[in-house]
Amino acid sequence: MENILEYLKEERGQEWRAELRKSMKAKERTSRERVQMPEEDPNTRNKNSVEVNSGLLVENAVLEAQRCIDCPDPTCITGCPVGINIPKFIKKIEARDFAGAAITLKETNALPAVCGRVCPQEKQCELQCFYTVKLNKIPVAIGHLERFAADWERNSGNIAIPKTEKANKIKVAVIGSGPAGLAAAGDLAKYGYEVTVFEALHEIGGVLKYGIPEFRLPNELVDVEIEVMRKMGIKFRINFIVGKTSSFDDLKAEGYKAFFVGSGAGLPRFMNIPGENFNGIFSSNEYLTRVNLMNAADPEYDTPVISGNNVAVIGGGNTAMDSVRTAKRLGAERSVIIYRRSEKEMPARVEEVKHAKEEGIEFMNLHNPLEYYADENGRVNRMKIQKMELGEPDASGRRRPVPIEGSEFYIDVDTVVVSVGVSPNPLIPKALTDLKVTDWGTIVVDKETMQSSIPEIFAGGDIVRGGATVILAMGDGRNAAAGMHKYIQKKIKVN
Amino acid sequence: MSKILEKEIFSKNVVKLVLDAPEIARSRKPGHFVIIKIGEKGERIPLTIASADDKKGTITLVVQQVGVTSSKLINMEVGDEITDVVGPLGEATHIEKVGTVLCAGGGVGVAPLLPIVEGFKKAGNRVITVLAARSKDLVILEEQVREFSDEVIIMTDDGSYGKKGLVTAGMEEVIQREKVNLSVVIGPAIMMKFAALTTKKYNIETYASLNTIMVDGTGMCGACRVSVGGRTKFVCIDGPEFDAHQVDFDEMLSRLGAYKEQELEAYERYLKTAETTS
Repeated sequence: MENILEYLKEERGQEWRAELRKSMKAKERTSRERVQMPEEDPNTRNKNSVEVNSGLLVENAVLEAQRCIDCPDPTCITGCPVGINIPKFIKKIEARDFAGAAITLKETNALPAVCGRVCPQEKQCELQCFYTVKLNKIPVAIGHLERFAADWERNSGNIAIPKTEKANKIKVAVIGSGPAGLAAAGDLAKYGYEVTVFEALHEIGGVLKYGIPEFRLPNELVDVEIEVMRKMGIKFRINFIVGKTSSFDDLKAEGYKAFFVGSGAGLPRFMNIPGENFNGIFSSNEYLTRVNLMNAADPEYDTPVISGNNVAVIGGGNTAMDSVRTAKRLGAERSVIIYRRSEKEMPARVEEVKHAKEEGIEFMNLHNPLEYYADENGRVNRMKIQKMELGEPDASGRRRPVPIEGSEFYIDVDTVVVSVGVSPNPLIPKALTDLKVTDWGTIVVDKETMQSSIPEIFAGGDIVRGGATVILAMGDGRNAAAGMHKYIQKKIKVN
Repeated sequence: MSKILEKEIFSKNVVKLVLDAPEIARSRKPGHFVIIKIGEKGERIPLTIASADDKKGTITLVVQQVGVTSSKLINMEVGDEITDVVGPLGEATHIEKVGTVLCAGGGVGVAPLLPIVEGFKKAGNRVITVLAARSKDLVILEEQVREFSDEVIIMTDDGSYGKKGLVTAGMEEVIQREKVNLSVVIGPAIMMKFAALTTKKYNIETYASLNTIMVDGTGMCGACRVSVGGRTKFVCIDGPEFDAHQVDFDEMLSRLGAYKEQELEAYERYLKTAETTS
């Protein structure tokens, strides 16, 4: 930690940064309004898959970068799970060195174009921004600027390939190609390892591909990042399930010295209420996978999807918002969120809720499903709902939803998407009987090194957390890569 | 990518394909399945592995034409490559010595049944197998099943081969004659439903291998969910084999038809394009 603080201080002391600080009075910086992210028209975008946010223009990005006062104690960094040197990349933007800004981001973040789009900045860096903490003003748009720098670099056609140490010929395996796996793979390649990423599906990217919709995170952009990783020497194997296609022992025999498990939260939860297995009721994983990964909405593709007129999505997280907005785009007349708490407790990003409302999504907050009914073909056609009120705070610190007796009523639905969370994928724990897991099935790891109860196996992301964000998964991947590096180097010295 | 090395036509609608898949061949056990996808725009469908050759690095699939993907598959030729093949998936069949095992296979269900028949025989059980099909030309893998069965009873709906009647008649015949310790049934959902009802009457422990709609096959989507003993289970990771007396086959049948309309439309589209390209 000491080293990091010193490094930040040293960086801040560089002449160009000092010059830049002097170039404008702090008061002038803080008196500015935050720039607005340009957005597609809500009534057009809810009928197509075009990305909602179109990105800051150059001049606006520079204006926004000028708002950052380049604090001596940059608290924003403490809010970032991967520890991006936030003031440095923002000041690079102010100095119009956009390529430099992108390189700064990539020092600690393998996927800045992704994080700039999907991170809950208002709960992380922007929550810790000087503007929020001390001035009680709207924070610097750190997320928008991150996206700007990453997009600028990509559009320049000249993407910097991160430098890697000399190849050490030591094989390591990364299991799962979602955000945790990609972050781990990127760092392991930087340390000089021979990295192979194993992916169960037929495409690389994990939740970035099957989960997050095109209108929020275009797949093309994920592919560009993966191409960069290929250029760093990382190998990818699709259609390969470690523990099934080959066992850990098979891979060890092939020379793999350590493993990172980022297999994700692969098991959708249902509510176990009557009628939940009727046709037309999906998990959000299934609904989004059909549309995003399998392109089910395009008749050219073989995978079918049911796109109803009257769609209810159960839940209040980002995945629920993605599902309900996808339903609207597939042509639903009524697309409604049913959430058992109030908007204040919603885990979704504030921006997603705002966008959903603009697009004509209805919100039935403080409501909870009780039962589903179906027509003679087994297709859901109606559901019973109960009204809720908020009681005392529960273990999560949020006020507990309490049912209001006698408030039950019915609504017509023809499609329901259940988005009430996920459980860890059991495939890896099943394949490794010695692996220590919690009662919930998440892998137990050391918080700093991410090492599991089996020394050569490290883990991170949702398989450890049970359901979190892209950026927390990436932070885990980075920490695990450092842990694996230490573990392997120590082992080499001993031998 | 997985290359087709051999192809054998069992009947008009059923073919056997041998694929080059060395890792899957090495790891698979009876009961396991794979997910396949053909081309960039293909869908993912599960297919149970009928047999494998570890030395040659091959797996064998038996495919019945029912929709777009299976039509594409049975029209592929030796040397063609299947874009995506992943597995082995699911839990392997629990095989041990129990005494007498009554295996019942309907239609192409005989293919996934074969390695189970083989497994129980090799574990030292007396194995009696009932093969059922609509007519003689749809009875598959008889010779291979005979190799590992103490007795084979063939039932056809039209009486064109073996005995005339349903699979359940053949099963009853055995059960009334001798003590059966375990039964394994694989075939169309409706056949498994009635086979399970038959063994339930006699209180014989019975397993059914379910073939539901799946997308990823690794537990992620829940498309394959089915009620077993009143609780929701995922066929891909909890199965594919379950206690047949606990499975809600009516729910399973309904869920199998979830995309009937879309599947029909897609199939008609496929036939049209197949016409114009041929």
